[in-house]
Amino acid sequence: MALQNSLRNPPLSAKIGMAVLLFFIICAVFAPVIAPYGEAESVGKTWIGPSGEFWLGTDNIGRDMLSRIIYGARMTLGVAAACTLLSFLIGVTMGLLAAVAGKTVDQVLSRFIDLMLSIPILVFALMILSMLGSSLLTLIITIGVLDSFRVFRLARSIAVNIVVTEFVEVARLRGEGLWWIMRREVLPNALPPMIAEFGLRFCFNFLFVAGLSFLGLGIQPPFADWGGMVRENGRSIAFGIPAPLWPALAIALTTISVNMIVDWILSINARPSGASAEM
Amino acid sequence: MLRLIITRVFLGCLTLFAVTLLIFVATEILPGDVASAVLGQGATPDTLAAFRIELGLDRPAYVRYLEWLTNAMQGDLGVAMTNKRDVIETLTPRLSNTLFLAGYAAAIAVPLAIILGVVSAINEGKWIDRAANVLTLGAISVPEFFIAYILILVFATNLGWFPSLSTVYADMGFWEKIYVVALPAITLTMLVMAHMLRMTRASVLAIMSQPYIEMAFLKGLPRRRVILRHALPNAAAPIISVVALNLAYLIVGVVVIEVVFVYPGVGQYMVDGVSKRDLPVIQACALVFGGAFVLLNTVADVLAILVNPRLRHPR
Repeated sequence: MALQNSLRNPPLSAKIGMAVLLFFIICAVFAPVIAPYGEAESVGKTWIGPSGEFWLGTDNIGRDMLSRIIYGARMTLGVAAACTLLSFLIGVTMGLLAAVAGKTVDQVLSRFIDLMLSIPILVFALMILSMLGSSLLTLIITIGVLDSFRVFRLARSIAVNIVVTEFVEVARLRGEGLWWIMRREVLPNALPPMIAEFGLRFCFNFLFVAGLSFLGLGIQPPFADWGGMVRENGRSIAFGIPAPLWPALAIALTTISVNMIVDWILSINARPSGASAEM
Repeated sequence: MLRLIITRVFLGCLTLFAVTLLIFVATEILPGDVASAVLGQGATPDTLAAFRIELGLDRPAYVRYLEWLTNAMQGDLGVAMTNKRDVIETLTPRLSNTLFLAGYAAAIAVPLAIILGVVSAINEGKWIDRAANVLTLGAISVPEFFIAYILILVFATNLGWFPSLSTVYADMGFWEKIYVVALPAITLTMLVMAHMLRMTRASVLAIMSQPYIEMAFLKGLPRRRVILRHALPNAAAPIISVVALNLAYLIVGVVVIEVVFVYPGVGQYMVDGVSKRDLPVIQACALVFGGAFVLLNTVADVLAILVNPRLRHPR
């Protein structure tokens, strides 16, 4: 009951986090309705300061900054969410497989993942994207696969503890297949502790995509995306115009909100029925 | 203990070898063919074939790999495709620039993070700990260019204390360099320090839940003394690995910062190489970053073995 209670009454920080995130999601979904101007519509001069007409000013080629940020929510949030989903799909499947399928498979998979993690993820992604080009699909698959190596480790370590329990043993003795055990016995028990991790991986991927776009190697124009907008407007800062700060702020707000929600979820998980929050 | 260290170093060398293999596979064997990647969509089959022969792509992959590896070990990283310059000649000054920036940031971040991390652990739950928690969480959550641009706006554009672009030349004096590179170094410091501080605090607190610490408290020792004399020596190993791990992160975090401040380092070289699809440049930079990453991780493990009191005396 304590769990239900804390689920119903999230702390203030988590409420704020959810509100901000919801706001950006609404922006993304209803962008054409909300945005005062079009995504690629040139409406004025370059880098006009904030005014009643253009709330956040205009960008490097005279497009409305606010509208670009609202439209940009689509790509920026969408790509990060797609990467994280893909990464969990691959990572959890491989992690459970390593835990359930026995020593040899586990060794082969684990050593392979160790090897893949021996190169920094940014360097790895740069190499692959330079060879395959940064189309949207390539971007999502590359980041999803690279991130799945990290998900694999967590999924495996959680699943290893589940595999030794009696109910898995019983399922094995019943003669259930590998796939069935993974899906019906291990997965439902492995998922709850991974919810918080999903939020954290989303934050990481979100920042990572934004970083790649900032380097000019992520989401490509004509789509508006926050990282790319920081890049396009970067030079204005030397003239004292805060144009790149708006999309950067949107990125920062999103990650901070998700982190606040994750903190709340972690505090629920770490608190076994009614124990104090200081555990 | 010596055996442990030798094993770890050997494992490090093995990983380094695997990294070279991985770099080669990622850049040359993946479905995206180098020749068509460089020449683009408009290339005719004839030019493609000629370019493949020029690159030596008509030979089997393992021959090319061995050749690349032996050349790289002799300091020959090939010639950049775009400007035909020797890669190693461009890379060396840039590497020293990057190491300068990373070392600068590390020199500020490491002592500060460890001291503040221990202070937070001592004052767990008090305002200083909470403030550190909120600030570091903020620094971790925001993208690196956000911090960088705010620093530029405040300290370069508005106050005019520092230049907004960190252009350095080979004949610049040391202190002048320190001054010009201040803003990127501070940005990096904030990023790395946040991780390091949190992990230092966590590893000190993890030690604090051990029975012998409880014993020390029960003896009536003050909290400060328990932490400094009883917990810290045992927290040294995790703290050292935390530091090395974050230095490895620093090496990569440098890429975005270099681009923001137009700093002539390896990171910017790699990003340039990637946008121009300059294969030898990408491979060389990946080798540098990958090598540094493996090296720091190995050093972390070796140091952790060295400072572990339980491994100091052979059984």
